[in-house]
Amino acid sequence: MPALTPNNLPALKGSDYKGPAAIYVHWPFCQKKCPYCDFNSHVRDHVSHETWRNALVQEIETMATKFPNLSAKSIFFGGGTPSLMEPETVYVVIEAIQKHWAPNRGIEITLEANPSSVEASRFQAYKQAGVNRLSVGIQSLRDDALKFLGRLHNAGEALKALEVARNNFDRVSFDLIYARPQQSLTDWETELKEALAFDPTHLSLYQLTIEEGTAFYHQFHRGKFTLPDEDEAAELYGLTQQLTEAKGLPAYETSNHAAAGEESQHNLCYWQGGYYVGIGPGAHGRLPAQDHGSAYAHAQIKRPEDWMKAVEANGTGLETLEYVDAEDRAVEALMMGLRLRDGVDIAAWEQRFGYPANQIINNTELLNMKTDGFITDRSDKLQLSAKGRPLLNYILQKLVT
Amino acid sequence: MTELKNIRNFSIVAHIDHGKSTLADRLIQHTGALEDREMKQQVLDSMDIERERGITIKAQTVRLEYRAKDGEIYVLNLMDTPGHVDFAYEVSRCLSACEGSLLVVDASQGVEAQTLANVYQAIENDHDIVPVLNKIDLPAAEPERVRTQIEDVIGIDASEAIECSAKSGIGIEEVLDGIVERLPAPEGDPNAPLKAMLVDSWYDSYLGVMVLVRVIDGTIKKGQTIKMLAADSEHKIDRVGVFTPKGVMVPELGPGEVGFITASIKEVADTHVGDTITDIKVPCKEALPGFQPSRSVVFCGLFPADTSEYEALKEALAKLRLNDASFEFETESSTALGFGFRCGFLGMLHLEIIQERINREFDIELITTSPSVIYHIYMKNGERVELHNPADMPDVTKIDRIEEPWIDATILVPDEHLGTVLKLCEDKRGIQEDLTYVGARAMLKYKLPLNEVVYDFYDRLKSVSRGYASFDYELRGYEESDLVKMSILVNAEPVDALSMLVHRTQADSRGRALCERLKDLIPRQLFKIPIQAAIGGKVIARETISAMRKDVTAKCYGGDITRKKKLLEKQKKGKAKMRMYGKVEIPHSAFIAALKMREN
Repeated sequence: MPALTPNNLPALKGSDYKGPAAIYVHWPFCQKKCPYCDFNSHVRDHVSHETWRNALVQEIETMATKFPNLSAKSIFFGGGTPSLMEPETVYVVIEAIQKHWAPNRGIEITLEANPSSVEASRFQAYKQAGVNRLSVGIQSLRDDALKFLGRLHNAGEALKALEVARNNFDRVSFDLIYARPQQSLTDWETELKEALAFDPTHLSLYQLTIEEGTAFYHQFHRGKFTLPDEDEAAELYGLTQQLTEAKGLPAYETSNHAAAGEESQHNLCYWQGGYYVGIGPGAHGRLPAQDHGSAYAHAQIKRPEDWMKAVEANGTGLETLEYVDAEDRAVEALMMGLRLRDGVDIAAWEQRFGYPANQIINNTELLNMKTDGFITDRSDKLQLSAKGRPLLNYILQKLVT
Repeated sequence: MTELKNIRNFSIVAHIDHGKSTLADRLIQHTGALEDREMKQQVLDSMDIERERGITIKAQTVRLEYRAKDGEIYVLNLMDTPGHVDFAYEVSRCLSACEGSLLVVDASQGVEAQTLANVYQAIENDHDIVPVLNKIDLPAAEPERVRTQIEDVIGIDASEAIECSAKSGIGIEEVLDGIVERLPAPEGDPNAPLKAMLVDSWYDSYLGVMVLVRVIDGTIKKGQTIKMLAADSEHKIDRVGVFTPKGVMVPELGPGEVGFITASIKEVADTHVGDTITDIKVPCKEALPGFQPSRSVVFCGLFPADTSEYEALKEALAKLRLNDASFEFETESSTALGFGFRCGFLGMLHLEIIQERINREFDIELITTSPSVIYHIYMKNGERVELHNPADMPDVTKIDRIEEPWIDATILVPDEHLGTVLKLCEDKRGIQEDLTYVGARAMLKYKLPLNEVVYDFYDRLKSVSRGYASFDYELRGYEESDLVKMSILVNAEPVDALSMLVHRTQADSRGRALCERLKDLIPRQLFKIPIQAAIGGKVIARETISAMRKDVTAKCYGGDITRKKKLLEKQKKGKAKMRMYGKVEIPHSAFIAALKMREN
């Protein structure tokens, strides 16, 4: 398929939408590919930071000419490994975004960082570049687990990096991966308690999943290791809820925990069905379209070199742009919204997409699941109970007609 | 018209894999009936499924011309027959159209169970028999030992058995000479009124119904009006021909000859195998004895996995039946599986073949319910009910007694696997009638209940003997038996498609096995699901599927919602293949797997 250029883009009705959007910027490079990761990440010997800087800015400018009236409510540098970006690049990109899309008051600017010492040394510079929230990919506090996960840091470095982060930023989050091979309930209890002892205000706790196209995928299917089975995974999940809630860090989303007011505004935008722009290789976005409740889904070219070529030629590395009608958007909003502890406000959801709830939700199933206690008995919102939350995929599949 | 003395009609009897089809190929090739470029393996097996499985399902004939040592041209009619017990009826009618048989025995393996069953049939048909030792060039060939075996076990003279290798083309001429010199010419009177046997019929998409005939007396020719005695129908012949193996038209067929006719017959069902064909104006005096029509012995339900394919399945069955009158079907409805068909087959191989052809030729995925035999149920009021569907089981309090069919089985097995085979037969309620030795192999005669055989006997036999046991059987008759109907309940609801009639002594283990299997096959759901096997109100086995505890994607990829949505679509598509059973969703794949006859 030929690359889409600003000139052959379909007429983007709705580009006059005025309102907030989250801006995602993807840095596609890593020092090493982690065996569990299926994100768009690439290992390259040499990266020309200046070229990349210019290209990212170019793409921001192009998207902004198509959607000039958005205001930036959050910026998120994801990857890849964004802590391999030169602080200068981060600064220039933030400036470019804020120049084209007026920043909302209290704009949240997050950068994902690896906890190696080299990267930690740049944390302060990222702060100066405008970043005000750091998400540190600690993944585990156990050296053997970090080795299994293919990480380049050890637990000691992780803790030091965390300290540097906290010295520089008011808002710091970190990630842990659990439900690892042979991880017992007690193992995880000890590790999670250690993590909670740092009094984090935001935590992402993901169960290890095996994704197609990763090194783990092949190893797992060749029987090189096993994962906790469904019952064990459920126990681990339950324990996680118990410990984090006791610490005042309840899950506000399936895998994300925060103290009140410390939720990631950027990620909330995805989960609440808001608009967002994707900048950089493989980034995705949802952009406003004219018809009530509808949107454009866009995705950028994944391979860094191809994306770069397209930006140089056309000003953007846009690969696909699809119209998502209001009904599909309503389903998306449900899929994402039910990940949130708060659930979905039915009246607002109906109003926004213009569909009565019973046209999308199977009412018999809904009543059954309310009776059986998987969904809370509220008429104003659709919300999973504590019992229902770990069963979201199954529930969705039954619920959505 | 060929002179009687220059005709030989013969068939080849052999155990599966002993090289029957290869020998037929070689005879065809040697007599020049086909050019080399027209040859392919198993020329006579026209169905893909026959070639793939290396079996013959449908009998075929071929007319070969061979110049023998005496310088005369002989017409050799080979009637190739299926070797499997399911198609025994087809073997028997072919044999009755011939005067002799080649008995092909693998020189390295020796006599096997099917060799015996088929050769006895040939002997019953008064055939002269020429033993042929095939695969003589294999290092493991032991012609002397096999010769002795043939004499000891079958009781025919094997001193002049012809040694050959069909694969390498060794001894083919000797086989042809053997046919000419050692098999008798047919007898018949060319001047008598026409009397011919209807050997087989099938539907050809170009020529319509084709009828294979063997002329006994008189001649049959184009334009003649014939009468089929049993069918009591008249037809004007529009074509007369022979297979070489290609169909070639001939002016007429005389006594002793084998060929086909077409006569604007509408359906295969209008023709009766074994019927006597005669001339309408000058009819023969006596009809041929005819054959018993084939009877189904195994029944099962066939349901489309996708309920919307019911009509397509109906059409597929009707089409297959055009060419295979030996299976029957009627509509059946199941609460679990929806609308489908109750079908009757000649045996398990026949069932598998039909199933596979529906799948392959019509692209319909099937759910097949447990195969059942025909039970005779004697009611207290004196009535007799034939039951082949557990769903139709009458009220037990009104039943006086139930009888089930038994078979006489012959099993040949190397000594080292005898123990496990004996145990299998005992487990299957078998009663030993005889145990003798054929060289280093034991020859077992067992009386076995047919319902155990259709369940999984053959697969188990292969597995416990590592494929070295050979097996054949014939139906013996009905005997009273302590049979019960076992129901399977999922979440306390009986699943009709899974109920079966079993012997009381087998109910526990069968019920337990099925419950265990279902436990693995039915995915967890939001609530606990008990699975029970029960006889009447008594639960004999129970398993529980725990409630689902976790099914959520941990990480949501950046803003890539599309990917998440695809997952949901996929799940929903999976849901379309679910059957609701009360509150429980059962994927149709679970039915397929639970009902699969082969156990791994």
